[in-house]
Amino acid sequence: MKVTIDADLCQGQGRCFSIAPNLFGFDELGNGVVIGDGILTEGTLEQARLAQSNCPEHAIFIEEDR
Amino acid sequence: MTIKPPVEDFATDWDHTDPQWVQDPYPIWEDLRQRCPVAHTERFGGGWFPATHEGVSMVAKDTENFTSRTVVVGNGRPDDDALPAPIGVAPPITSDPPFHAIARRIMLPALAPGPVNELEPQVRALCRRLLDNLGDHEIINGGMDYAQYIPPTVIQQLLGFPAEDEETFREFVHVIMEGVDHPEEERIEEFAPIEEYLRVQIEDHREHPRDDFTNYLLNAEIEGNKLQDEHIAGTIILTLVAGIDTTWSAIGAALWHLASHPDDLARLVNEPDLMPVAIEEFLRFYAPVTMARLVKHDMEYLGCPMKEDDWLLLGFPAANRDPAVFKDADKFIIDRVENRHVAFGLGIHRCAGSNLARMELRVAIEEFIARHPRFELADPSDVTWAPGQVRGPRNLPIRILR
Repeated sequence: MKVTIDADLCQGQGRCFSIAPNLFGFDELGNGVVIGDGILTEGTLEQARLAQSNCPEHAIFIEEDR
Repeated sequence: MTIKPPVEDFATDWDHTDPQWVQDPYPIWEDLRQRCPVAHTERFGGGWFPATHEGVSMVAKDTENFTSRTVVVGNGRPDDDALPAPIGVAPPITSDPPFHAIARRIMLPALAPGPVNELEPQVRALCRRLLDNLGDHEIINGGMDYAQYIPPTVIQQLLGFPAEDEETFREFVHVIMEGVDHPEEERIEEFAPIEEYLRVQIEDHREHPRDDFTNYLLNAEIEGNKLQDEHIAGTIILTLVAGIDTTWSAIGAALWHLASHPDDLARLVNEPDLMPVAIEEFLRFYAPVTMARLVKHDMEYLGCPMKEDDWLLLGFPAANRDPAVFKDADKFIIDRVENRHVAFGLGIHRCAGSNLARMELRVAIEEFIARHPRFELADPSDVTWAPGQVRGPRNLPIRILR
């Protein structure tokens, strides 16, 4: 499982890095960025989903591992 | 001032300055969602109002069919004098692509979470000082004596304008906000002292550089060129207009809610960890800001025959109450964990000051309830709400309970 942010959709609403600061940070403009490789564990999946369900721009994606 | 006839049907004759809309717009929007959902009006020279999240979202993200040349509904349409589109009078909010992205990129780093977090201690100190000044009075005005003092001082400090000009500064803000509907000639006359004041401040910052947003703008460059003074002044005016009554409305509405919902107040006092989630629900439920666009060209859109230069009233507060997107949309749920609200807009014009506004709202509420853990509305019928595109309580008498 991997979480990504679509940089074209992200507008810097700032919800992801407030909700899950261990998974998301922000760049110089305040847009959300995934910390590290974005690989999710059982422990962090729920937080990633919570951030996803709070993003007004629908910019967060969680990909199932193939 | 002309007296307008009262609205009989908001679906065919909406008016966001009508007393009924100002006092309690939510039932109106719910009614429109069920039977419309895009309302029309001949007022203001013609305009449309989508009441659903879907409609608002489409328009907010559509810069092909709508222009941000002006974002405040009035009787006239702006002409392209001073700074024509795509720059507009207050870049980047009045800018369209592609210039918009350039102007916005300049502004955002100064309002990103990092610099905003650094301002938190001084905002907290300001709130404490205001509460100190209010002393032990039984009745205090949560609007005029608290909420309305916080954002102007924050913006003044951000811009690096002299503290002793506070009264002048507040007067300017008043002129900018209250005069939106005035005739163009009057508006130019009203704006002259503001432009002169900004000219002097910009000049002073040029001669005596310091670490503030004004000097930040003076140092900014587009393709190796410094910004035009009109651009700098326009962006400063934007921070005044967009950064002040918006945030004080949000703070006031949150206080109004807590004063009239003792259970929510008690929970917030007893569970401080709930604050970030509660703040988002305040923002969803009492989103203060409605924006506007102008239709770029005649077209069929959202099933409506829109004409060039028709208004499009962009109701983010209405989108936030749409049951198609929010479960129990008409209920304030202080621990609502899934909350994809659009209080700060959507798409490329997302409120550039959202990080700052959020921090001010959180700190203002934290400090108020820390000082006064129990309070209520002194007289609910005395509360007045601001008309127009920024909604929040103005007169907010609160009784402190001990």
